Amino acid sequence: MREIFDSTLERLFSDLVTVDVVLAAEGGNWPTELWQNIEESGFTMALVPEELGGAGASWADVCGIIRLCGRFNLPVPLPEAMLANWLLGASGLEGVAGTLSFASAGDLRIENGVVSGSVTGVPWGREVSRIVAIAQGEVPTVVLLSVEAAGLEPSANTAGEARDTFVFASVKPLAAAALPTAVGTRVLETGGAMLRAAQIAGALEATLNLTSTYAGERVQFGKAIGSFQAIQHQIAVLSEHAAASVMAAEAAFAESGDTFAVLQVMAAKICASEAAGIAASVAHGVHGAIGFTHEHALHLTTRRLWSWRSEYGSLTYWSQQLGRAICAGGSGSLWPAITCGALAEAKEVTV
Amino acid sequence: MSIDQFKYSRIPPEAEALRGDVRAILADALKDYPTIRRADSWMGFDAEFSRRLGAQGWVGMALPKAYGGGDASPFARYVVIEELLAAGAPVSAHWFADRQSGPQILHYGTDAQRDRHLPAICRGEQFFCIGMSEPNSGSDLASIKTRAVRKGEKWVINGQKVWTTNAHRSHYMIALVRTGENSKRQEGLSQFIIDLSLPGITIRPIKDLTGSEHFNEVFFDDLVVGDDAIIGTEGQGWSQVTAELAFERSGPERFLSSIALLHTLIDAVGKHPDALQAKEIGRLAARLVTLRHMSLAVTAQLAAGKNPAWEASVVKDLGAVFEQEIPELAQLLCELPPTSAGGCDHAQVLAYLTQMAPSFSLRGGTREILRGIIARGLGLR
Ligand SMILES: Cc1cc2nc3c(=O)[nH]c(=O)nc-3n(C[C@H](O)[C@H](O)[C@H](O)COP(=O)(O)OP(=O)(O)OC[C@H]3O[C@@H](n4cnc5c(N)ncnc54)[C@H](O)[C@@H]3O)c2cc1C
Repeated sequence: MREIFDSTLERLFSDLVTVDVVLAAEGGNWPTELWQNIEESGFTMALVPEELGGAGASWADVCGIIRLCGRFNLPVPLPEAMLANWLLGASGLEGVAGTLSFASAGDLRIENGVVSGSVTGVPWGREVSRIVAIAQGEVPTVVLLSVEAAGLEPSANTAGEARDTFVFASVKPLAAAALPTAVGTRVLETGGAMLRAAQIAGALEATLNLTSTYAGERVQFGKAIGSFQAIQHQIAVLSEHAAASVMAAEAAFAESGDTFAVLQVMAAKICASEAAGIAASVAHGVHGAIGFTHEHALHLTTRRLWSWRSEYGSLTYWSQQLGRAICAGGSGSLWPAITCGALAEAKEVTV
Repeated sequence: MSIDQFKYSRIPPEAEALRGDVRAILADALKDYPTIRRADSWMGFDAEFSRRLGAQGWVGMALPKAYGGGDASPFARYVVIEELLAAGAPVSAHWFADRQSGPQILHYGTDAQRDRHLPAICRGEQFFCIGMSEPNSGSDLASIKTRAVRKGEKWVINGQKVWTTNAHRSHYMIALVRTGENSKRQEGLSQFIIDLSLPGITIRPIKDLTGSEHFNEVFFDDLVVGDDAIIGTEGQGWSQVTAELAFERSGPERFLSSIALLHTLIDAVGKHPDALQAKEIGRLAARLVTLRHMSLAVTAQLAAGKNPAWEASVVKDLGAVFEQEIPELAQLLCELPPTSAGGCDHAQVLAYLTQMAPSFSLRGGTREILRGIIARGLGLR
């Protein structure tokens, strides 16, 4: 399944996610053709169980897809729609086609069947027709909301990707269901962290490719700059962090099923967030002035790295959660946690 | 080379099933073992402990049953060795035989060599050391000068090895020596299994900066060995050594050297870390989780008969950075000076590992050499 997914999307992205398309999207031009193709391919519904209208894929099946989204600077909310639909499916609701995103932060409340409050940092908010969020009420409730009636305060990250605020006043959700208790109220934050970790891993692969190719082509002092040991070693370190991020993201997806493998997700987001800064620094250093121009494509990737590392929990945020959980358990709990991939105390701290 | 070669591989259930037993037995065997000695990790030498592990079936366990091994999967071996290291058990006596020499002899050795060495290795009774480095050949290993000259059925060896860990308490050395004259330096090298009790060998321990004796100089003066001491093919020493280095560079000993200090640090910080302590301990734990996945991915490749030299170098370099960062952070996160006499467990372990840390990015290949290998894999050279 995974190989078919990956090769299908790689072909689609190679054709349609050009530099021009990405730049136009940053300028506010929604890539209609790209989104239509993605939607027709069915990937937005991949993680929804078959009986609820999806493809019944697992997180393990889709890590490659999310990495590709990062590698191509995909300017549409495919990862977001996949997570939103996964949560609908996990809550017994049908998956939805069309433009879809999710909100993990805010103060939504549901009372008497209507939702009020605001959500912040909604990826692609202004471009989508619906979002999935969790509203507090008698029980935490998964809600599917139309953004049509909501007040919009636009915002964007360093890559010009919409990260908007919506204000809802007594809006009736399109669908609602109690959040399954096993899933936990912070599921969207954890899921968002896992998505960004894999997107960063993909972006790091792209950064590595761009950088080593450029180092092989650019000639100074009569030889390719890649033949200078100082440059080779910087790129080697970049590749180490890229490899670590890929590995950590793969582990997080592979171990996540009906619930997220919190320890692996934390590890993935921490390693990816650290790698993002290292990679951007090496890549820009090696590219010299040309990489600092708008004309060159490097910034499409590095501007995303600089934002994604902070979204859904920075290095510091997740490290502190993990560090507190480990200290709470004492030294004796560290190694068992690492080997079984779960931290008893992590649950208390994060959920 | 592509970073995609790091494929996530879970430890199979039958190998994972060993872990409980290993933990229980180690908890009992090491219940009175001092914290400061746990910091020795894979440098801790205890022949009696190695024999007990051998009797338990945990040395050479991935070697064939026919030679006294356990026919266990590389993952089963991985579970056992990572548990030993995490507990800080003294495993150095048999470590090199278990990791390198045993597999090397199984792969390249003659039947007679296998019969002579493998069962004794598996019993935890035959210890090996690795004779690669020489005074003028460290990073530039292909420049070695120790030479073996054929005299009929015999070889006469002259030269010197250095930094040979455990040479003074091992039974055999697998030495890389020059057997031919070739235009390319990597040609004409061969590996010999050298019985260290033979006349013509002088072994002199070299004190390290803490005053301990782990490594040695080894002199060969007209040392005579038989034709049967050659392992593998004459002249193929270089390719044999480079394949061996993937085993040497990817295991859990390449990122667990400072685990004892991470343990004492967590306890010194206590249950309520401040923001900086929590952040740095969490970051280290995340790195540890990831290094372990990477190391397991290389293990899977080795098990599949591949030569993941590039991936192993990635694990070794990231691992050494991690191991060296732990003492740096430990002294930064707690106001507790390191003590090499007196003081609490944490202060002692901090003193010891602070002093050991420089070696982590030397032994098994330096940072620069590893990054050179990685750059070559990326097509930069
Ligand atoms: C604790 C310990 C145990 C050891 N155990 C063993 C053992 O059991 N068996 C064994 O054979 N060896 C052993 N070694 C030796 C180890 O493999 C060497 O120390 C290592 O290969 C480096 O060689 P060197 O010390 O001669 O340093 P050098 O090669 O002299 O290097 C010095 C510095 O120069 C740099 N350098 C060298 N060449 C280059 C280059 N081309 N480009 C850029 N920088 C370069 C190095 O990276 C390093 O920073 C051990 C070493 C230690 C510290």
